[in-house]
Amino acid sequence: MRKTTTDSPGIIRRKLMIQAICAIPAVIGGTLSAFAGTYLCARRRVAGFEWADAGDVSLMRDRTPAQIRFTRAVADGWKVRAEQCSAWVTIDEHRNVTAFAPQCTHLGCAYNWQAEKKQFVCPCHGSKFNVRGDVIEGPASRPLDRYSIKLEGNRLWLGPLKDTEDV
Amino acid sequence: MQSRFTRIAGWVDDRTGLPSAISSFLLEDIPASAGWPHVFGSVALFLFLVQGLTGILLALNYAPTPEDAHSSLTYIVRQVSGGRLVYGLHHWGASLMIIVVFLHMAQVFIFGAFRRPREATWLAGVALLLLTFAFGLTGYLLPWNNKAYWGTVVTTRILAGLPGAGPILAQLTGSADRVGAVTFSRFYALHTLLLPAATICLIAIHVYLVRRHGITPERRSDQEMRKFFPEQLFRDFCAVFLAFLCLFLAACFLDVPLERIADPTDTSYVPRPEWYFLFLFQLLKFFPGRLEIVGSLILPALAVLSLALLPFVERTYLKILKGRVQAACVVALAFSGWLALTTAGSWGPEQPNPKGTISAAGDDRIQLPVQMIAGYAYFQSFHCEACHDLIAGPPKPGPALGVTELQHSRDWILQHFTNSFRAGAAMPFPQRIALFEFVTRSTPDLVQTLPGIRPELLNGAQVFVASACASCHKVNGSGGDIGPSLNGLSRRRSRDWIRAHFAAPGKLSPGSMMPSYHFKEKEERDLITYLLSLPE
Repeated sequence: MRKTTTDSPGIIRRKLMIQAICAIPAVIGGTLSAFAGTYLCARRRVAGFEWADAGDVSLMRDRTPAQIRFTRAVADGWKVRAEQCSAWVTIDEHRNVTAFAPQCTHLGCAYNWQAEKKQFVCPCHGSKFNVRGDVIEGPASRPLDRYSIKLEGNRLWLGPLKDTEDV
Repeated sequence: MQSRFTRIAGWVDDRTGLPSAISSFLLEDIPASAGWPHVFGSVALFLFLVQGLTGILLALNYAPTPEDAHSSLTYIVRQVSGGRLVYGLHHWGASLMIIVVFLHMAQVFIFGAFRRPREATWLAGVALLLLTFAFGLTGYLLPWNNKAYWGTVVTTRILAGLPGAGPILAQLTGSADRVGAVTFSRFYALHTLLLPAATICLIAIHVYLVRRHGITPERRSDQEMRKFFPEQLFRDFCAVFLAFLCLFLAACFLDVPLERIADPTDTSYVPRPEWYFLFLFQLLKFFPGRLEIVGSLILPALAVLSLALLPFVERTYLKILKGRVQAACVVALAFSGWLALTTAGSWGPEQPNPKGTISAAGDDRIQLPVQMIAGYAYFQSFHCEACHDLIAGPPKPGPALGVTELQHSRDWILQHFTNSFRAGAAMPFPQRIALFEFVTRSTPDLVQTLPGIRPELLNGAQVFVASACASCHKVNGSGGDIGPSLNGLSRRRSRDWIRAHFAAPGKLSPGSMMPSYHFKEKEERDLITYLLSLPE
């Protein structure tokens, strides 16, 4: 005959069992949720970026941005693809080269250079940037993103975006 | 005065009835004799939920196509944070689930819980057992490695060979012509859509029937009852925790082998199914030729049929199963038979050492020009990767190869080789040309393909180029015409013949203009391996 649960040790045992019943799903659920969260949210452990040859800049005119197209390797999940990219490149009077990423810093639309106004203008929401990439008019709140660059003679090499170099 | 929580709980109960349902579920009366042996059903349910969760997580990063499946799984395991653990939980969870389902069935059998009025509960359980096996079968194609491929080839051939339904089953599994993209999609759909849906339905029916008929009381007990909560629930949760602990430790400390990507031409691979199918694998060996159907269909079908009919037959005829000891003996006997077959199935030839074997059918990659293969080997052996990436990688001083068009002339590049190599200008011209071919003709696809070539084949291609064999012999469509084409050499010549031919060509081929070659042992072995791997 089983012992009844009305006496004190029985009540303590019952309480311990109930506590375990609450704790075990919490431990298992917490562990699995932590791993699921890590799996879903964390960045991939290995990511590479590639310096891409963006062409010859010897013929570019000072302070007149030119859109250049180039191919770069893009690590996309489990694939590495050759992707067509572009950049707006400017050269100042001291022949310092700057290469802007072609997306507006507001919501990512492709902007254009309007030569008569000497501005980059985004067709989506009207953001305007000067030739140095600074915001003239919103809604964009920060300057244009810039590629890392290096020059080998007159050949321009573009690397990762400067503010996303943490990959 | 009612607290806010009580009011909310009352509202939910009033509108949904869920709290009352959960309460009545937990406070259901069960026989006081129920105890630890009755925990396996809950553990099996828990493992199914873990499989579901980890399966969903894997699906978020997995590409279900033959082209991408293996690389996406490699990406999950090697690059996604926690990916190795999630894959490990799913892989080992499948094995643990099979074990637990069998333990559950054995407990039900020994306790006689399949008898009237629980026949339908037992039948639902048998169906769930088959579904568990179906999960295993459809799941292990999905990594698209050699084990997956050959396991599926064998399975689909068995299905296609079944009398009557064979051709229809081959069509349904998309394997009528070959195991490929259609088969893959069918298996993926089965594994992730149809089987989970069927399993959820059957689990619901099974649990409902268990609740309807209750847990089987001990035969000599005095029918004393108690509540499911908290004692039995506590036992269930303890067992669940133990299972989770085992699974977690296995996922943390045991590697799940990824194996090489499926290669239909790899005749050196020795196919072996997962351990839970080894007994069937072994059973087939006992019935060669026309008797094969006995092992592939008749015996497994009889086993399933006898399980399904057990509650109906046993009631009248099998008195021996009335006692738990006798029933336990039957389980032990069945387990011994299974263990013997599984052990016998796991013995046999090991996976061959690739160094000692040559794939008769060859490797698709070997169809690439020999200079590309040798050039890739030189790229590695001269440590070009110190300055250049292949497609992508961490930033390096030189441009990446395989994606951007080269900006320099042929002469500039050849001079660059001479200037840049740590080996100096010692690199002879044929090698430099091979490297030039690789550097100038690399494409993203090629660059991803070449690393899969075995090292001895790479070395063999290097020896081929360094010895200027292509001056006289054609390989894969390019090379000289003075000597015979070397494609399909494995069909014409043996390894010993080729070795003897190198030493004294005139002896074996009278009138041959070929000079004698005296290679170092490893060079000769790798060169012959390369030559014998060349396709027709």
